[in-house]
Amino acid sequence: MNEVLSLQMGWPQWLQLFLHFLVLSLLSVGGAISTAPDMHRYLVDQQNWLTDSQFNTAIAIAQASPGPNVLFVALMGWQIGLNNGGLLTGLLGTFITMLGILLPSTTLTYSAARWSHDNRDKRAVRAFKLGMAILVPALLISTAWLLVSAYANPSTDWPLWLTALVATLIVWKTRTHILGLLGMGALLGALGIL
Amino acid sequence: MVQRELVEKKRWMTNEEFIEEWAVAQVLPGPNVINLALMFGGRHFGLRGAMVSLAGILTIPLLVVLTLAFTYSQFSHYPAVVGALRGMAAVAGGLIAATGLKLLNSLRKHPLGFRACLGIGLLCFIAVALIRLPLVYVLLVLGTTGIGLTYRKLN
Repeated sequence: MNEVLSLQMGWPQWLQLFLHFLVLSLLSVGGAISTAPDMHRYLVDQQNWLTDSQFNTAIAIAQASPGPNVLFVALMGWQIGLNNGGLLTGLLGTFITMLGILLPSTTLTYSAARWSHDNRDKRAVRAFKLGMAILVPALLISTAWLLVSAYANPSTDWPLWLTALVATLIVWKTRTHILGLLGMGALLGALGIL
Repeated sequence: MVQRELVEKKRWMTNEEFIEEWAVAQVLPGPNVINLALMFGGRHFGLRGAMVSLAGILTIPLLVVLTLAFTYSQFSHYPAVVGALRGMAAVAGGLIAATGLKLLNSLRKHPLGFRACLGIGLLCFIAVALIRLPLVYVLLVLGTTGIGLTYRKLN
C-alpha cells in the first residue's frame, strides 16, 4: 500500500460499494476469496478505487495473518478509505465492506443451515450442492491467477510465477507448514530475487 | 485446523457431524469458517450463540490484520519490505491455487463425471480470470448449468 490515491467518494459511491459487496456476498460460494476476481474487476479496473498493488497487498497481508481470510475484504475497505483521506474514512470503508460481505451470507447461512440439514436427502438440495461444487476449484485458481498476474511482465517477472508455481506444488503435494512457505517468499522477495 | 480444534480437542462435535456441516458451510455463500461458526453457535445456543461465535471468530483477527496493514504502510518506502510482500503475494497465490487443486480432486466422485466437471471448471476459469466477466453472470449461467445437469443425473 505504498502509494495512496486521492479519491473523494460521496455517499452515492459508498452506497455503490456497499451494494456491490452485498451482491458478492451471495455469490461467494467456496468463501469470500472466490469473489476476489470480481472485486478486482470492479474496484481496480472499473472504479479505480484501488491500485493493483493495493489490491494484492490486501490479499497478501490477510493470507499471512491468522484468522479467516475474508479479512482481506476488511483491508480493501480500509485502503479505499485511506485513499479517501484518512483513518476515519478507513474505518468507514472497513465497516461498509465487511458488513456488505457478511450480512447476506450470514443471514442466509443461519436460516438455510437448519433447513438443509433437515432436507439433506432431497434431490434438489443435493443437486444444488453438487452443481455449485464444480465451480469452486475454478474460482480459487482464477483468484491465484489474478494475484500473480498483477505483475504480468513475463520477461522480468518469471521468478515470481515460478515461486507461485513451486508454492502451489508444495502445498498441493506435501504437508509443509504454510507460515514457513510465506516466510520463504518474504525472504526471497526482500533480497530482491523476485 | 478448525477440525482439529472442534472435533479432536474440544469434542464439541463428531467427525461425521463436522464433515456434513463443513460441506454445507462450503457450498453456501460466505466465508466457510464463518459459516461453520454460525451454524455451530446457532444449533446449540440459537441466534445469540450464532452472534457470539461470529464476534469471537472475527474481532481479534480483524485487529491483527489492521495492525499489520498499518505497520506495513509505515515501512513501505523500503524496497526490501515491498519485495517481501511481493514474495508473500506469490506464495499466497500458490496457496490458493493448491486449495483449488485439492478440491478439484474431490470432484472425481461427482455424478456428472470428472471430465464434464473439468470442462465446466475450465469455462469458469476462462470467463473469470482471462476474459474477466462479472461473476454474477458467470455463476448464473455455469451454476445453473451445473445444477441442472446434476439434477438430471441424480436419482
